[in-house]
Amino acid sequence: MPVLGVRIALVVLLGFNGLGLLLYAAFWAVLPQQIPTDTPAPRRDFAALLPFGAIGLGVVLLQALVSRDNLAGTVGWLIAVVAVGAGIIWHESDPTRRAWSTDLPQTPWLAAVVAESDRRFFVFRFIGGGVLVATGIIGVVAVYAPPGSLTSVVNGVIFALVGLLGVGVVAAPLIWRMFNQLRAEREGRIREQERAELAAMIHDQVLHTLALIQRNSADIKEVQRLARGQERSLRNWLYKPAASPTERFAAALEQAAAEVEDTYAISVETVVVGDTECDDRVAALVAAAREALVNAARHAGVQTVSLYAEVEEEELSVFVRDRGAGFDLSDVEESRHGVRGSIIGRMQRHGGRAEIRSAPGDGTEVRLTLPASRDSVVAGKETAR
Amino acid sequence: MTEPVVDQASRRLTVFLVDDHAMFRAGVRAELGAHVDVVGEASTVAEAISKIAAVQPDVVLLDVHMPDGGGRAVLDAMRRTHPQVRFLALSVSDAAEDVIGLIRAGARGYVTKTISPDELAAAIRRVADGDAVFSPRLAGFVLDAFASRPDVPVADPELDQLTNREREVLRLLARGYAYKEIAKELYISIKTVETHVSNVLRKLQMSNRYELSRWAADRRLV
Repeated sequence: MPVLGVRIALVVLLGFNGLGLLLYAAFWAVLPQQIPTDTPAPRRDFAALLPFGAIGLGVVLLQALVSRDNLAGTVGWLIAVVAVGAGIIWHESDPTRRAWSTDLPQTPWLAAVVAESDRRFFVFRFIGGGVLVATGIIGVVAVYAPPGSLTSVVNGVIFALVGLLGVGVVAAPLIWRMFNQLRAEREGRIREQERAELAAMIHDQVLHTLALIQRNSADIKEVQRLARGQERSLRNWLYKPAASPTERFAAALEQAAAEVEDTYAISVETVVVGDTECDDRVAALVAAAREALVNAARHAGVQTVSLYAEVEEEELSVFVRDRGAGFDLSDVEESRHGVRGSIIGRMQRHGGRAEIRSAPGDGTEVRLTLPASRDSVVAGKETAR
Repeated sequence: MTEPVVDQASRRLTVFLVDDHAMFRAGVRAELGAHVDVVGEASTVAEAISKIAAVQPDVVLLDVHMPDGGGRAVLDAMRRTHPQVRFLALSVSDAAEDVIGLIRAGARGYVTKTISPDELAAAIRRVADGDAVFSPRLAGFVLDAFASRPDVPVADPELDQLTNREREVLRLLARGYAYKEIAKELYISIKTVETHVSNVLRKLQMSNRYELSRWAADRRLV
């Protein structure tokens, strides 16, 4: 790529009402940067700038001589001065800095204008910006001094824009810094809010529970119940998206298990595979499972009860198992509502099945199954009769 | 477990503890003292790596969450250089991503810290013998992850699907059955149960099933 040729062409074009500058800026902003070769980038050399400046000035002078129109000549001059000022700023920007901040990958030109940089660069920026401002002002005055024609009004507007550009170049770092500060402040506020939420949760729950545990330290059952409840709530808070127990099967089962844990000071090892919507049949299944958990908690005499549920395409199944005392099924009187009514009867009414396996000293397992779809409910009911 | 002490078990297993809670280490040490030899402990990843290399224990009990990288960092550092050392993950967290991540990094099993001392000792022996140990919840995760969904393409049936028997074994594990009880329930030997669980562990470690990759990717474990 003949960089030098392009640059010379653009500097020559500069003479024609700053066309070169505009093109250069546009190309520079739009075209992708060249992939760096392995030769180290040479340091910016100010001497290299001189020929370009000279060419630019030469062109402008030539144009001023050729054209009799004084105004056009003046404009050309002013633009040349602006171009030199801008050129100094661009050139002075460190080549490595042109990699730009990652925040602004789409707008390298913005970063060039707003980047905060070292003092030396700041001085050059100030000079360049100052030149732009001064040129703008001088231009506006010069153009307006003779009573205006339409072209002089247009020129005046152009110079005003140039002036504004200069102000922008000088002020941009300041504005950018303010913007950044605002953003940082907002992020800080959000973080602070999250921290406050966490602190509130810890205060309301964890510290409370710890205080209760200290006061009840003699009562092991109570301590266990408190610790288990707190563990559960922290776990939910940390790992689980909240699902409504009235809507989801898994959430409903977990809530039932939590209630039993809280009431009877045991721990329920809950494992649920899959999930489904809750309807009244599913709710009945959950209620039966809860009853089985309560029975285990009250009669088995163990610390841990396993609850396993699986949602399959054809059916939902729930298993409640303990390694406790167990009992002889034939010994359970017909009138004992817990097992007969709340578990077996309830499952049958909703088209499911309940099976209880137990033997004295060998623990108990309650198996509940419920066909998944409506169609199979009818079939289930018929076979249950 | 009340199995008679057989010859190969007469050599007491050496166990190493890695956990950043000194209280927990002390508790486990006291609980396990009757069953195994606790030959060392470490509270940081760096300490664990150097000490495990020095004492070469049979089994390392590895905490999932530690400040400087956790159990996974230890596993990543040790697996290549010391393949004979077996790792059993131990955690309060039951989050699927944590567990799956550690298993896939090479741990032979996973149990929660609420496990009873006898069960923990049995789990350590099982891991030392080259078998796998799944907590009920881990069994549930695996069933969930390997659930046969029609919309999930199966790239490698050998690795991406569980056999019916493996599924049955996992279900019983999730229901809280011990290996012995599973064997009785399914009319198979304990050794066969162990083989099934080890096969599941291998699938869990090798399979590229979508759910497993997703879990891992969510936690930037890959």
